[in-house]
Amino acid sequence: MKIKLPIYLDNSATTKIDPRVLAKMLPYLTDDFGNPASRSHSFGWTAEAAVENARQQVADAVGCDSKEIIWTSGATESINLALKGAAEFYQEKGKHLITVKTEHKATLDTMRELERIGFEVTYLSPETNGLIDIAKFAAAIRPDTIIASVMFVNNEIGVIQDISAIGQLCREKGIIFHVDAAQAIGKVDFSLADLNVDLMSFSAHKVYGPKGVGALYVRRKPRVRLLPLIHGGGHERGFRSGTLPAHQIVGMGEAFAIAKAEMATELPKLKYLQNKLLTGLQAIPEIYVNGDLEHRVPQNLNVSFNFVEGESLMMAIKDIAVSSGSACTSASLEPSYVLRAIGRNDELAHSSIRFSIGRFNTEEEIDYTIKLLQEKVAKLRELSPLWEMFQDGIDVENFQWDSHDTQRDVILH
Amino acid sequence: MSYSNKVIDHYENPRNVGALDKNDPHVGTGMVGAPSCGDVMKLQIKVGDNGVIEDAKFKTYGCGSAIASSSLVTEWLKGKSLDEAKTIKNSQIADELELPPVKIHCSVLAEDAIKAAIADYQAKHGK
Repeated sequence: MKIKLPIYLDNSATTKIDPRVLAKMLPYLTDDFGNPASRSHSFGWTAEAAVENARQQVADAVGCDSKEIIWTSGATESINLALKGAAEFYQEKGKHLITVKTEHKATLDTMRELERIGFEVTYLSPETNGLIDIAKFAAAIRPDTIIASVMFVNNEIGVIQDISAIGQLCREKGIIFHVDAAQAIGKVDFSLADLNVDLMSFSAHKVYGPKGVGALYVRRKPRVRLLPLIHGGGHERGFRSGTLPAHQIVGMGEAFAIAKAEMATELPKLKYLQNKLLTGLQAIPEIYVNGDLEHRVPQNLNVSFNFVEGESLMMAIKDIAVSSGSACTSASLEPSYVLRAIGRNDELAHSSIRFSIGRFNTEEEIDYTIKLLQEKVAKLRELSPLWEMFQDGIDVENFQWDSHDTQRDVILH
Repeated sequence: MSYSNKVIDHYENPRNVGALDKNDPHVGTGMVGAPSCGDVMKLQIKVGDNGVIEDAKFKTYGCGSAIASSSLVTEWLKGKSLDEAKTIKNSQIADELELPPVKIHCSVLAEDAIKAAIADYQAKHGK
């Protein structure tokens, strides 16, 4: 079988739209182009029926009532609406929020904004496996805590938090619990009916749906209140104004329906490929898996290749599309804050690669990836003075490096 | 990151990779940078009795432009006297490789590695 290069292994960044999803969307860009808010003709009624059908599909996939789903432009907007909307509504009760250092920037930056306008935020450190210690979470709760926000599945290291236990704790304490579930759909089998979650954010494009559409779950019993961010025509019961993009919503509904229906067959396939990739990479000495392997979605593998630098590794493996935690690939020049938060040192953060496997990857592609990594890591280590030191028995980590000060030099004798 | 063809050529076909015996009195070794910064360069020169650099080898942990910068200077060093070698400036390296602004520090590191290797050689000879 001929492999088409480059191989896409960045499915946690975004996914290719499923052809079945696209087929459902297309009519709503052509003949059925109506505005779902138009009540006076069949164009509007058709579009509205499609939007409501999609709302039911999403609700069925996550185990809630369709009235609890609000359409947004994506998970970032959902998170903003959930946190800012609830914080503003409940600020009379208290001004304290809890989140985790490894959350997505959509959450962390929203928290920073809330701090700027007078709220207080506790940023919990996860354990070295990426998971939250429930006792530490409980200890962070104060009498004035109003909201907690924890992601279901981490986007970089793929670990699954114990949402059930955290939710139970929050419910006992009367704290609004928001969960960023952008990376969880089709990867974790859950139902909102079984979880004490008040708000949950979703995205379509992480699950083979279109970009630019997402949803927020807002619990009705017990009822959660929000103040809207976007004002206008009063769409979505006033929670989120703006004409609904029917074609994108139809795509999201179909994508979620497929994810739910096929999870039972898809997860074992992803798990098989993840295992195969892991076993292949473990043939390389001095590699470190970042994040817990057991409480982890099968699509993610985040590995640090010690003694090679991340960006040069990315250049060497340009036939595969992956993400790196290296500073050199980010605008901030800081290595991954997620890997730092789980206690990885800078070197390992620099040399980390996130492989995220998806619906359309094949076993041949994984074989190719393993071979490529084995070859290129060996080649770069031949080039690496750190690898040479390691082989000479020198403790590279505790070596007296003359960091940052490039005017002075370390000379080896 | 879009690199020039010269960087990609040096990265894909690095010149003079390897190590010289650091205890050889003719060899000067310079190692600069730190793993936590994402760049470590080890540059070695072998200096003949006439004071001319006969051989140069490098190993670099770092991004593509760090590897290219060190590979390039090993080519430039061969055949130069130590005084000539000291005149190599980071700006020449950056110009030759058409480094983007965020990668200028790689050329600075390469210049530092040359100076460190020369200083090590001269220290061995009591200078």
